[in-house]
Order: sequence, then structure tokens, then C-alpha cells
Amino acid sequence: MAVNFDLTVIWAFIIAFAVFAYVVMDGFDLGIGILFPTFEVGPERDRAMNSIAPVWDGNETWLVLGGGGLFAAFPLAYAVVLPATYPLIIAMLLGLVFRGVAFEYRWRDPDHRRLWDAAFTGGSLVAAMAQGMTLGALLQGIEVVDRAYAGSWFDWLTPYTLLTGLGTVAGYALLGATWLVWKLDGPSQHHARQLAKRAAWATLVLMGGVSLYNLGLRPEYAVRWLTAPEIYFVAPVPVLTGVVAIMLLRSLSVERHSKPFWLSLALFFFGMAGLGVTMWPFVVPPGLTIWDAAAPERSQVFMLVGVAITMPLIIAYTAWAYWVFRGKVADEGYH
Amino acid sequence: MFEQFDALLLARIQFAFTVSFHFIFPAFSIGLASYLAVLEGLWLKTGKQLYLDLFKYWLKIFAIAFAMGVVSGIVMSYQFGTNWSVFSDIAGPVIGPLMAYEVLTAFFLEAGFLGVMLFGMNKVGRKLHFAATLMVAAGTFISAFWILSVNSWMQTPVGYEIGANGQYLPGESWLEIIFNPSFPYRLVHTVIAAYLTTAFVVGGVGAWHLLRDRTNAHARKMFSMAMWMAAIVAPIQIFAGDLHGLNTLEHQPQKVMAMEGHFDSHPDGAPLILFGIPNSAEKRVDYAIEIPKASSLILKHDLDAPLAGLDTIPDDEEPPVGIVFWSFRIMVGIGFAMLGLGLWSLLARARRRLYDWPMLHRAALVMAPSGFVAVLAGWITTEVGRQPYVIYNLLRTADAASPLDAPAVGASLLAFVVVYFFVFGAGVWYILHLMHKPPHAGEVGVKRGDKGPIRTAGITPGPSQNPGDPDTLPRNHEEATDGR
Repeated sequence: MAVNFDLTVIWAFIIAFAVFAYVVMDGFDLGIGILFPTFEVGPERDRAMNSIAPVWDGNETWLVLGGGGLFAAFPLAYAVVLPATYPLIIAMLLGLVFRGVAFEYRWRDPDHRRLWDAAFTGGSLVAAMAQGMTLGALLQGIEVVDRAYAGSWFDWLTPYTLLTGLGTVAGYALLGATWLVWKLDGPSQHHARQLAKRAAWATLVLMGGVSLYNLGLRPEYAVRWLTAPEIYFVAPVPVLTGVVAIMLLRSLSVERHSKPFWLSLALFFFGMAGLGVTMWPFVVPPGLTIWDAAAPERSQVFMLVGVAITMPLIIAYTAWAYWVFRGKVADEGYH
Repeated sequence: MFEQFDALLLARIQFAFTVSFHFIFPAFSIGLASYLAVLEGLWLKTGKQLYLDLFKYWLKIFAIAFAMGVVSGIVMSYQFGTNWSVFSDIAGPVIGPLMAYEVLTAFFLEAGFLGVMLFGMNKVGRKLHFAATLMVAAGTFISAFWILSVNSWMQTPVGYEIGANGQYLPGESWLEIIFNPSFPYRLVHTVIAAYLTTAFVVGGVGAWHLLRDRTNAHARKMFSMAMWMAAIVAPIQIFAGDLHGLNTLEHQPQKVMAMEGHFDSHPDGAPLILFGIPNSAEKRVDYAIEIPKASSLILKHDLDAPLAGLDTIPDDEEPPVGIVFWSFRIMVGIGFAMLGLGLWSLLARARRRLYDWPMLHRAALVMAPSGFVAVLAGWITTEVGRQPYVIYNLLRTADAASPLDAPAVGASLLAFVVVYFFVFGAGVWYILHLMHKPPHAGEVGVKRGDKGPIRTAGITPGPSQNPGDPDTLPRNHEEATDGR
């Protein structure tokens, strides 16, 4: 049992890593989709899309790892969360369908560019909102009886989940805008920087709102954040978040290229760390801990071998693909 | 509006719909990725522009098919949890890790190298680009490996233990689970089916352009390559299918009984029913046209071997006979038609009329989509044939569904139907549009943002440094042929 204890924690961190990788990597893809209507039709939109065309598919794969990994490592959590957030998951999947095909169709069918641009934005917006609301639905707690979801149809729809949904939309917009600050130049870059400033403020306000809401959401969350001795261990998270937020806003007020993007990633990192601290050790609050939902040791060990071998390779060739397409996007940079 | 429906039935329809739609795209892209790797390899080896042209022609089509496969595949990875949560909980410890391996070893590989394959030719050079193409092709195969292992385990589950909480837990050996009894046969049969599917699409497109211009060298090359595949691989597939059938007879006898339409046992040699109308209510096949003892010959290699029928199976363990009976015949019929076209092409080659026989080209054109029909029919045969179980003899489909109400499942089903027909209908239309354009010299690859200047200083090497590069093609030619 002692070994299983450690493996379950390792797997919780692996899933958290996959979710984080998905959120930041597809986050900037979805963010660009959300901001797409603000770009001028023509070279500006083309460049914005070209900046992610070679990498979006790899980015989206982290979502499959997050979902597939949850299925494999915490099957009970997968079996509970998906029925509980059913309409959100379906909406997210359909949003991702529209977003994904828009990458190809938009170029194939210039006569209907308007339609596929709308699919790109609409799909991105729906997917982002649904992902944020799913997160909120998880944090506010899911009712479980006899290894199955026991709540009602619309438990996932509350003011809190709307807040987390909007926060995710704003956060993705921030990632997308700062990515474009990095990848574009000239007037387009200036435009992206203006968008990034607004998105940064919106993200920070909504993050603050969700954090405060969390304290009142469940009593155990308040205990985690506000009472000694736990407060000494968790206090660095909000403090560092604040530091990153100030650095981000300053980096956007000067002519920096890649720095705002990296700071946005850091902001997401601390935001997710905060949520992880809030939930720990539950994978589905309030009833299922990671140990309750964990797959047996044999499954965990078998997959861990696979992760240990493949993950360094995946990171290496993903980094290579980004390196190949490094630098500012030109009109014809990708052909 | 869905209150009168049964949530279980709606969930089954939803899974059948989403997986059938999804399956079409990998069935095509597994074969097409390998075909692209062959074309690029031939180009690198021979230096002939023709192969590069064909590579670029099919790359544009691959990009669309692959995108549709990706987005419809993500839906599948969540269907297990949304609609089949009991199954996910109970079987997750065994099949979850196999699917995690699929993500780790296949999906990332495909997706990671796809960007370079589509857009990176003039950034990484020929050899690295070829390596990227090979990685994408390998990824599609590895993906098939894992997901068919999962499916096969659900058909022939072995190497598991049953936990105190009712979950199926992995036993001592993962190899036993991965290489479960039906897996090698299913893998070979399905992957060959994907190659044949692609070959007939390529052959159909080649035939279409030969019918319009029989001197088109590009159309000739693709038609010839496809017809070699038909002639060589179709017989192999029939042989592999036969072995798969014998394996099924051993492990899932009632599936074969349904495929054969054997309601009754035949103690001294069973007939092969060629056609007929299964009548499940009366437990007989009406209007049967049958060859005496032939079924025993095929399945047991003995004319007088006894074969048990569905009368030996309790009624509540029988699969629906009609669907399995018909889908099996459609698959087999198409398989033999493919063989026939392959043989015809050999005859045409012997008579030196391969590019000059419009009837042959028309037949190839008609058979262009036949692989998709055969693949889906085969899939239906094997999936419906293991009913009423989702995990054979262990977990009934009826016990595997999520605790959802019919309106929720029905509404999402409706959304999937509307969105899929719209989105994938558009995608198929774009693919057909690309196929309609004749392949030609100086074919352009996947292009983006055509309005801008073609070359950006400092990013691409000069024309003379990289002769097969798209950038060395005359600009006016690209504009003229790409129709923009």
C-alpha cells in the first residue's frame, strides 16, 4: 500500500501536468480564436492563424492525454465527472470540431471564409467557456453515490461556474494575445499588445474573483487557505501570483516581444497551483480523493513506464517543431 | 422530445454514429500517410518531379482528412466517459492504460510531426521532412495497433482479475492483455483494409482523370500504383479475413452463427447461405440460396464437420442476426469485387491497355468509395456480432451506460448528427473538389495566405539551392493552377 500511495500522487501530478500543458498550449490557440474578429480580414488574420497552424494539433493532443490519462489513472473520476458535466463536455467537443476544421477549410474555400472564421471564433469561445465551467463544476463539488454521479441535470450551471468560465475565456485571450505579441511585428503586434493589456486586466480581476469565491464555496477550502499552519505553506502561491501579475503588466507597457507570453504562462501556472492546493487531496470534491479513484498499482506502474520513456521524447520533438517554426510570422512563412 | 425513447438505445446510436463517422477518416489517413511516405521516398530516390507532384497533390487531401480524423477522434476519447461511465469505471484499469499508450506513442507522434510535414519542407530540408512524413505514417499505424488491441480485448478478454469493487483489474501480464487472442487477426485485417481503402480512392481518382485525359502521366502513375495494390493486397486480405473468421469461430461462435445465418445446428455438414432473408422471429432464413456443406468446408475444412447453430445459444445471448448477416455479406462481396478489379488490371497490363480501357477506368471510379463501405460493414459485423455484450461474456451493453436521462442523450445525439453532417459534409466536399482537379506538373502543396508575396527574404533558401522545393516553382504557374 505504501508503494501505491506514492504512485497515486505521482499520477495526480502527471495528470495535472497534462492539464496544465493543454491549458497553456491550446489556451493560446483558443485565445487567438476568441480574439480573431478583432483582426483585420486579410494578412493580419492570415498571420494570426499561420502562427499556430503548424502546432495546434500537437497542442490539442494534450487534451486527449488529460482525458485519456484521467480515464487510465483515475477511472472512477473520469466516470463521474463526464456524466456530471455532460452538456459542457459535449459543447466543448463540438466547439473543438468547428475550431479544428476551420484551420483547413478557411484556406480551401475563400468564398466562405466568413463562415469558417466565425466557426473558428465560435468554436474557440464555446470550448474555452465550457472548459472553464467544467473546472468550476468540479471545484464546487460533485455528488457521488455508489460510484456514480448522483446530482441533477443542471448542477454545473451556477454563478460560480459562469465566473470560472469567463475567467478561462479571459485567460486564454491573454495567452493568445501575448503569443501574437511574440509572433507578429509592426501594427499587428501593436494591436496584439493593446488586446493583451485588456485581457490581462480582465484575467486578473476574474482570477481574484474566483479566488475570493473559493473561500466561501466550501468550508474546507477556507480552512486550507486561512488557518494556521496551512496558511504558511499556501501563502507563497498568491504572493507569487501577485508578483507575476505586476511583472506582466509592466512588460506590456514596454516594447517586449516574448516576455509577456512567458509571464502569462507563469500566471497560469500559479493559478492552477492555487486550484490544486484548494482541491488537494480530492480529485472529485467533496467525496472522492485521488486514492479513492485511483487505478490499481499494476495499471499505474505499466503506464508510468510508458510515460517515463515517451514523455522526454514527446517534449523533445514538440520543442523541435516549435523551433522549426520559430521567429516572426511572415505572410508566406509556412509554405 | 426524446422522452419516449430509451436512453440506452440513444446512447448506442450515438456511439455507433460518432464512431462510424470517425472510422472513415483514419481508414483513409492510415493508408494515405503510408502512400505519401512511399511517394516522397520514391521522389528522394529517383529525383523524379512526378513523385513530388503526386506527393503534394495528395498532401492537400491528407491535411483535410487528417483534421477531420483528429476532431472526430477527440469526441471518441470522451464518449466512453460521457455515455458509458459504468463501462469506464469497471474496465478503466485494463483498457485505460492501453489508450494512454495510444496517446503517448501515436497521437503525439502524428500531431508533433504533422506541422513539419504540411508546412516545413523548405524549413527543414528534404531528409528531415521525409523523416517527419515517416513519423506521421508510423503514428497512424501505432494508433491502429493500440485501439485495435483495446477493441480486441473487449471481444476476447483475457489476463484480467475481478476486483472486490467489481472492477476488471489487470492480471500478471500486460502482454497477455495486449496480445489477446483476437488481436493479431483484427490488426492485420483492419490495417490491410485501410490500405485497400486508400488504394481504391487513389485508383478511382486516377481513373477519373484518365477518363478525361488518358495521356496524363500523373494520373497514369497513381492509377498503376493503386491497381498493383488491388491485385496484390486484395487476395492477401481475403486470406487474412478467412483466418480472422476462424479465430472468431473459436472465441465468439455465436457471432459466426449470425454471420452465416445458422439458426439451426448442422450435425453432418452445414450449408453456406449465399443469400436469404434472416427471419429472427421464426428462427430461419427465408428464400435461402445455399451451397450444401460449404460452410463446414470453409470453417472446419471438412465437408461433414458438425457446426452448432444459434439453437444452442440462449435467446438473451444472441446477437441481432439480420444486421450481422447482411453487413458480413456486403463486406465479403466488396472484398471479392476488389479482387476482381485487381485481376482485371493484371489482364489490362498484360494486354498493354491499363491506361486505355475506359470500362476498367469506369469500374475503378465506381469502386473508389467501396473500401469505406467494406470497412464500415466489417466494423458493424464485428461490433454488432458481439452483442448483447460490450465486453464479451462479461459486461452487457445494457449494464454499461451512464446514468443519463433520454432527453440529455437524445439532445447531444441530435447535435452530433447536425454538426457532423454539416462540418464533415463540407470537408468531404472540399476533398472531392481537390480530387476533381487533375494532378499536374508543378503541383503545389498545402498553401497558406496566398495573397502575400511568395518569398520572404531570409526565410527560404534561394531557388537554385533546393531544386524540388515549392519555392523554385514559377510563381505565375502556382497562381494559375491553384485557382486563386
